[in-house]
Amino acid sequence: MKISEIVTILDGVLVAGKDQMDREISFGFASDLMSDVLTLETNDLVLLTGLCNIQSIRTAEMSDIPCIIFVRRKKVTPEMIELAEESEITLIECNYSMFKTVVTLAEHGIRPLF
Amino acid sequence: MQFEFEVTGGDFANAGTASSQVKKILKQLNVSVSDIKRIVVALYEAEVNIVAHAYSGVVTVEIETTQVRIILKDSGPGIPDIDLAMQQGYSTASPEVREMGFGAGMGLPNIKRNMDVLNISSEVGIGTTVEMIAFLNVA
Repeated sequence: MKISEIVTILDGVLVAGKDQMDREISFGFASDLMSDVLTLETNDLVLLTGLCNIQSIRTAEMSDIPCIIFVRRKKVTPEMIELAEESEITLIECNYSMFKTVVTLAEHGIRPLF
Repeated sequence: MQFEFEVTGGDFANAGTASSQVKKILKQLNVSVSDIKRIVVALYEAEVNIVAHAYSGVVTVEIETTQVRIILKDSGPGIPDIDLAMQQGYSTASPEVREMGFGAGMGLPNIKRNMDVLNISSEVGIGTTVEMIAFLNVA
């Protein structure tokens, strides 16, 4: 699924990385613990998290994760946007709960890693 | 080729800056994507450890054609029991560290999994030195 389609189905707000909207994503991973994210070997994934700080962007940067969805109405800061743009990471704000976000993405074919 | 970076304890806003720089350098040197990822993931965990536990630290990165060797030397409280610290799930991290998405006792095991060599020496009240080496997957 393209990142642009993810934004639409989640009724999300794209806050960084609009140049990467055509990028295809197959897998999803949901975690607020960045050390768990850092154990993943797949890159082609969207990270769903409620951890809204600079370290979630850094974690995506180190792990080559192209897209982060911030759930539960979290608001991204200008510092986070700046770092995400630098690392070509797409950031999406979403008003849904983590559970609803996961269910919605799964219904549209985004698969779990394990 | 050698690079040095300073890391400040408690400076969570800048945790990962050194790892980010190293990632850019390794990319420029055409190191494989999979090697870059395991090196920077390990380095990021180690850098976060300095920010989380130490007062200050210096990261030295030595890049050769066949390997990347990284030394992280910090001034800090040290680790009284390294075997215990290596255990998955063991952590002495503060609530502040947990709020940043870390502190679940996964850092050192994560570093060990990603690097080919990991040596830790520590002196209580003085500091900790971590040496890690990744042998590069060169064709």
